[in-house]
Amino acid sequence: MDFLTILQILDSTVRLATPLLLACLAGLFSERSGIFDIGLEGKMLAAAFASAAIAFVTGSAWAGLAAGIGASMILALLHGVASITFRGNQLISGVAINFLAAGLSVVIAQTAFRQGGRTPALTGDARFTEITLPFADAVADVPVIGPIYANLISGHSILVYVALLIVPLTWWVLFRTRFGLRLRAVGENPAAVDTAGISVVGLRYAAVLICGVLCGIAGAYLATSLSAGFVKDMSAGRGFIALAALIFSKWRPWYALMACLLFGLLDAVGNRYQNIQLGDFVIPVQFMQALPYILTVIILAGFVGRAIPPRAGGEPYVKER
Amino acid sequence: MTSTPPAIELRGISKAFGPVQANKDISISVQPGTIHGIVGENGAGKSTLMSILYGFYKADKGEIYINGQLTPIPDSQAAIRAGIGMVHQHFKLVENFTVVENVILGAEDGAMLQPSISKARKLLTDLAAEYGLEVNPDARIEDLSVGHQQRVEILKQLYRQADILILDEPTGVLTPAEADQLFRILERLKEEGKTIILITHKLREIMEVTDTVSVMRRGQMTATVKTSDTSPAELAELMVGRKVLLRVDKAPAKPGKTVLEVDNLRVRHHGVDKLKGISFQIRAGEILGIAGVAGNGQSELLEVLGGMIPAQGGTVRMNGDAIDLTGAKSDGQSRRARGIAHVPEDRQSEGLIMPYEAWENMAFGYHHDPAYQANRFLMNNAAIKADTAEKMEQYDVRPRNPRLPARNFSGGNQQKIVVAREMERNPDLLLVGQPTRGVDIGAIEFIHRQIIALRDQGKAILLVSVELDEIMGLSDRIAVMFDGQIMGERLPDQTDENELGLMMAGMTKGAA
Repeated sequence: MDFLTILQILDSTVRLATPLLLACLAGLFSERSGIFDIGLEGKMLAAAFASAAIAFVTGSAWAGLAAGIGASMILALLHGVASITFRGNQLISGVAINFLAAGLSVVIAQTAFRQGGRTPALTGDARFTEITLPFADAVADVPVIGPIYANLISGHSILVYVALLIVPLTWWVLFRTRFGLRLRAVGENPAAVDTAGISVVGLRYAAVLICGVLCGIAGAYLATSLSAGFVKDMSAGRGFIALAALIFSKWRPWYALMACLLFGLLDAVGNRYQNIQLGDFVIPVQFMQALPYILTVIILAGFVGRAIPPRAGGEPYVKER
Repeated sequence: MTSTPPAIELRGISKAFGPVQANKDISISVQPGTIHGIVGENGAGKSTLMSILYGFYKADKGEIYINGQLTPIPDSQAAIRAGIGMVHQHFKLVENFTVVENVILGAEDGAMLQPSISKARKLLTDLAAEYGLEVNPDARIEDLSVGHQQRVEILKQLYRQADILILDEPTGVLTPAEADQLFRILERLKEEGKTIILITHKLREIMEVTDTVSVMRRGQMTATVKTSDTSPAELAELMVGRKVLLRVDKAPAKPGKTVLEVDNLRVRHHGVDKLKGISFQIRAGEILGIAGVAGNGQSELLEVLGGMIPAQGGTVRMNGDAIDLTGAKSDGQSRRARGIAHVPEDRQSEGLIMPYEAWENMAFGYHHDPAYQANRFLMNNAAIKADTAEKMEQYDVRPRNPRLPARNFSGGNQQKIVVAREMERNPDLLLVGQPTRGVDIGAIEFIHRQIIALRDQGKAILLVSVELDEIMGLSDRIAVMFDGQIMGERLPDQTDENELGLMMAGMTKGAA
């Protein structure tokens, strides 16, 4: 394996990790506030469809992004109404959102575009294209550092850089601001927040809506950057892998970055190598492609350390005497 | 009118929850710089009244005056603004936050945390010095003892510059020493001019620290008196509405043959040695009381004897035959078969399944009873319900409704359900843990009399309690546990609280 191959694998690791990372941070905000969200998948899918459709119609990737965020926030709001206002079961609400998004996106796509439940391919400004960072071409020939900068660091869609910036931003919001303190508190012990005279409902809605925004960006990235258009079920379980990454990261932003990069790497390796030969033994391509999912199952089954979720997670808050 | 208006004055407060009148036309006035006690049985409406004062509920009728000013309190923020702070019975702390984070939560100075944290850290040091409320600002709540957690709650209120502190059953979770410390802190707060409302059902505390005391019964304020002008007996009568025996009369024990022999019992639980080789015996017709500060192995002793956890060594003989301390035959079912009944310490998590109805709870553990079976496959629910109704009658469980979920009974009535279930099985040995924790005074009297009655039927009883009064009042012999060991045995009439207190702290008479 030469240097360039490694760079290429790492490059696609970053690209594949980005939607996971955005969804994972989305889940982090929601779950830190005590609202479990297995509807990340559905929100991403809805956002992917909405962004592709609007980007195609308007020819602007940015308009697509806005539409994706909007669609995702509507579903987030739905989750909020069901689980915060009406104190419904958060898992059921999440499942419902996943079904809703999976069905509606295809139906609307078919009605609007008549291309078998997909949107037409996006071209030109309807996509977020790769941006070249300053001096990327100039330093490309410098040994080692040059290719790393030109190929790995430069040359991604703007949304990739946005996602990476959201990691320190999330950390800062959670651990350095008043909002973050209250958000973490409401996920641990909403009664403490309530008796301190702060609105539990308001905080949780804020968290759920932030989750909607981030899922929206993740979905838009899938449809307008990673691919060129929407196809049926294009989120492909990434919402669930993001949940696994969230548990793996113990609900911490920097660990979330690491976990998502690990999943991205597995994905990238699976995509690049068809059959891996270890002496006489051949690892079939299907196994490599299944790796992220296998890892997800292992993590969700609790084999990787003890992850303590926010203590009030999944519990609707009812004022007691 | 006096020159200083009362710190708090409630006029004609009424509050109903559906058909239940929780507070009925309550008026009370508390002078600034005093400690005012509010006593009453569970469900008398004390907590509702305080929740209204703290803005958790809105009163249907009535007015609240703070320092002479009419002050509407629609929500907790209004209460905080009016200088009212509340220390809840169940702490409202975020367990994995530090002390300082908990203190500033909701009272931050700006959008950024750092300035608030620095300010709070300094202020906590000042408050610690001023009131004797030492606690490490950077410790995590979950690493603190219950007593220190309570200090954090008090500090939280002081940080918000509360002048009026409401404490709801503050000593329910404290050891006697911690409770004494709390009372010293309350005295200091009073000297600094704070007004304190103390809600409790422990009369001793009322007598010890309050200046005035109000009694509530069935939603009404039945009396407000100066503490120095009243007595525990009078207060108890006002609370319950009839004369109450504060101390159970009992005849001397007539111990028979040895029922339980524990020899060198060792238990390791969650990687910690909880019982370090303890030995004792209980004979038929006697009560052995285990005194000790919570967490010194008493819980594990009950759990291992009750078949909830395995032992690492030692022997336990029941009527002369060894019982299994590990493996399949060491579960609760096998213990019951050997004549051991168990009233566990925590009725809500170990004694009952709260969402289940009373009759279902009455069958737990004894669900194999032939009388409960309709045929080989089905249970005879009607028989269980009938049996439950009978036991509810006998143990005066209120309301007498076998179909009511356990959580809808008051603490005392929940405990009566557990006690009825275990005692009516006619066990040779009864294990009882904290039989009257969170139970009101009328039910305490009842449960104590049942325990004595069982003893007089010639049963052996192991009583574990952190309430020294209870241990002293009921036991025929007292063993004191400290750090997984028995420090010694005493006879109740040949010892006193001082000696037992020293033993509970790990000091023996010889060493002290």
